[in-house]
Amino acid sequence: MLRLTIDNITVEVEEGTTILNAARKIGGKIVPPAMCYYSKLKGSGGKCRTCLVKIANTSEMDPRPIPKLVPSCSTLVQNGMVVENTISEQVLKERKAITEFLLINHPLDCPVCDQAGECDLQNLSYEHGLEETRYEEERREFAPIDIGEKIKLHMNRCILCYRCVYTAEQIINERVHGVLYRGDKAEISTFVENFVENDFSGNIIDVCPVGALTDRTFRFKSRVWFTNPMDAHRNCEKCSGKVALWMFGDDVYRVTGRKDKYNEVEEFICNECRFEKKKTSDWIIEGPRKINRTSVISQNHYEKLTKQSIINPTEGKTEQQE
Amino acid sequence: MGGKILLEKINIPGIETFDIYRKSGGYSAVEKALKTMTPAEVVEEVRKSGLRGRGGAGFPTGMKWGFIDRKSEKPHYLICNADESEPGTFKDRYLMEHLPHLLIEGMICSAFALEAKTAYIYIRGEFKYLIGILNKALSEAYANGFLGKNILGTSYCLDIYVHPGAGAYICGEETALIESLEGKRGNPRLKPPFPAFFGLYSCPTVVNNVETLAAVTSILNMGGDFYSKLGNGKSTGTKLISACGNINKPGVYEIEMGITVEDFIYSEKYCGGIKGGKNLKAVVPGGSSVPVLPAQLILKTASGQPRLMTYESLAEGGFETGTMLGSGGFIVYDEDQCMVRNTMSFARFYHHESCGQCSPCREGTGWQERLLYRIEHGLGRAKDIDLLADISKHIEGNTICPLGDAAAWPVSSAIRHFRNEFEFHIEHPEIVKNISHGNIDKYRK
Amino acid sequence: MSENHNKHEIYKREGKLYKFSDYTLKRVNEIIERYPEGKQKSALIPLLHIAQEEFGGSLNADIMDYVAGLLSIKPIEVYEVATFYSQFYLDNVGKYVIEICQTGPCLACGGDEMIDYLKTKLGIEAGETTADGIFTLKQVECLGACGYAPVMQVNTCFHENLTKERIDEIIDLYKNQAEKPQSNDEKWVEKFYLRK
Repeated sequence: MLRLTIDNITVEVEEGTTILNAARKIGGKIVPPAMCYYSKLKGSGGKCRTCLVKIANTSEMDPRPIPKLVPSCSTLVQNGMVVENTISEQVLKERKAITEFLLINHPLDCPVCDQAGECDLQNLSYEHGLEETRYEEERREFAPIDIGEKIKLHMNRCILCYRCVYTAEQIINERVHGVLYRGDKAEISTFVENFVENDFSGNIIDVCPVGALTDRTFRFKSRVWFTNPMDAHRNCEKCSGKVALWMFGDDVYRVTGRKDKYNEVEEFICNECRFEKKKTSDWIIEGPRKINRTSVISQNHYEKLTKQSIINPTEGKTEQQE
Repeated sequence: MGGKILLEKINIPGIETFDIYRKSGGYSAVEKALKTMTPAEVVEEVRKSGLRGRGGAGFPTGMKWGFIDRKSEKPHYLICNADESEPGTFKDRYLMEHLPHLLIEGMICSAFALEAKTAYIYIRGEFKYLIGILNKALSEAYANGFLGKNILGTSYCLDIYVHPGAGAYICGEETALIESLEGKRGNPRLKPPFPAFFGLYSCPTVVNNVETLAAVTSILNMGGDFYSKLGNGKSTGTKLISACGNINKPGVYEIEMGITVEDFIYSEKYCGGIKGGKNLKAVVPGGSSVPVLPAQLILKTASGQPRLMTYESLAEGGFETGTMLGSGGFIVYDEDQCMVRNTMSFARFYHHESCGQCSPCREGTGWQERLLYRIEHGLGRAKDIDLLADISKHIEGNTICPLGDAAAWPVSSAIRHFRNEFEFHIEHPEIVKNISHGNIDKYRK
Repeated sequence: MSENHNKHEIYKREGKLYKFSDYTLKRVNEIIERYPEGKQKSALIPLLHIAQEEFGGSLNADIMDYVAGLLSIKPIEVYEVATFYSQFYLDNVGKYVIEICQTGPCLACGGDEMIDYLKTKLGIEAGETTADGIFTLKQVECLGACGYAPVMQVNTCFHENLTKERIDEIIDLYKNQAEKPQSNDEKWVEKFYLRK
């Protein structure tokens, strides 16, 4: 086991663990934000630079700081390493700058974006963004297109995290889209007329940290915070059938994978579960999902209406009341 | 010898052919290495020479070779980085065009040292005409038993192939080059792991610049100890400097490190002074990415010492008053050049060449260019200069590969040393709109 | 990467079948053999260069699909690469592509005047092709010949130390040339891609 200190909290992790995953083991406020890393996708990470942290002490053997900030998602823990995240002025300053970079070409169209309320970029901006934009130049613009029969691509909103590309490669096993061109002209595209179409293609919606890939069957139906997320399952031959239903009254508005507190799905689900099963009778409903206190979804206090629950402010988590 | 080692024989007619090159003593380093030395001894010789990577970073070559994973059972690869694309740099092209066998000889010795059986020359796509020259030289080396199976009757076998790029500066970064050689987009990889362990096809790989590999030939011929005594301090040996801009004699010069910058600019042996008898305004001494210095700081350090053509002397004063030797792309600007326009062109270059993988570089380089474009065209605002400096500060150090730094340094250094020109552009839009090029000093008052 | 690529352009397959000549195909296989088994994707960039040259100077989806087939890789892998590198053209180009440098060292030596002069002389803007289909003009970044500035490249040939008079001569030279200097005949592949 290796010992690591992050923001003065010490944790023991196995060899081969990244700083980010060690931080997630501790949990709470010291966990760096991650826009491109996705633990279930091999090769992801390192690109968005929001998880940069400072290494104050490289290891027991080499007690020197690293001059540049390092991406915590792809830097391995060494024994005796001392990491500074929220206690480092430099880290917070650079994170602010990186948040600004991610936003300069972003349309800031949250009022009409289906992802609003569950968007990693929105959360990042809320915590680390500047109050006003300093960018007054032209923004890149793309027209929205259908990249799958039920999947909309708003390239304007994309932050080029490559998660959907890895998903196509590793989960869908059939890649017809990718990142084309380069620099700030880079875009997600199929290049030729083509659809991302396969039993698991819908997962690219779930892995997208922003509103670039959205579910056409849910488009403009409701703001996510007006819907009630419920854990549900069904017998499915293609996937585990364990999903989150996003309900409005008795109607199923949307089906997604069950996401953890880092917005990663627990299990990838199939398109049949996601797009075809929109009746309550299709599902065995287990109960309301736990929603992070900071999420706007909890502003709807839906849980109080459905099942007694309280928010535990010291933990920053929602806990079910028995 | 006049400091000439690499280019010693460049004036011999026909030196680009195997026969003449061989008759002039060529390929003796290969004979020496393969017949009388072990790979470890070749590495040791290069380590002793103090040779530093000539591509720009200046990392000690012997040390880089020392990292290669010899325990690995996977094949080793040597890649020659001939993706010379840093604005101001054109030395490798010159070397390959005129002395292709010098490079091949250096590559054979280096591949032997690294126990590599395959080597690739990754050449930038724009240099397609050189592919024919290199391929001709390679086939001559094969025909004469210096490449292929059992070279010179030893058990050592080596194949060298030329591989073209297709227009991407980023592929000069070693991991992007490896990606490109694997037939992918030139997106740099995260390091670690380093190529010495996981390089081409996840095998142990060393990537060296053309000039570095050519220098290995000279080092083996004269001995590492002897080579290390040439030059100045830790800047050992000779360096090819490609001089361009507003000078009388642009071209590629081989210098023994340690001559003064002043001598290099003004002596007849090298640049021959500023064109048209004008005054020197600024120099970018190591390719577009290194900080620009005004005349007084390039000729003398802040402490008043003459600035020398060495890694250390050019870097003296840090980024406040110093710069870097970089790739040796020596760009000279006369008094009539507009630093805002030049900086804009460099910012445009790095914007165009950003791979787009990580956010500070992808978004920041474009922002820099757009701001500079406005300032240059008389549309700048007072707050733009500080904003620009701030953007470059946040690109620097926050990216996967050094392209972010390379994009930031020319901008931050230009603002540091030529802030008055930026201010003038903003204060006098009517003048810069009409006269967007040239020296603004003429229009002051 | 084409210079002014239309944002979010979705290309259409025309369904036209492309095939290298038997001669080229033989050479293509030799190139593929330079890379270890299973790493044939390494030959992608050399093959795209050859395809672009043999099939009329630019690449389209059908050509790229053909190359993908030759290398047993997915078409998207070819599109990703072809759009990344600036020397692969996705739009039709003229018989000669003039790439003129617009980076610092060339500008310091009067490069922008040469760019303006070329535009006026050809009557086109950067990224456009002359009506007769002979010249396409591109403003490009550093060509690596800064000591001979201003510089331009016409197909694979460098033209250095440009002046207005030199440009006149060069343009006339190409205009009067009936055939491409490096046509897609057998010699071309031989010279650039093969050792023996």
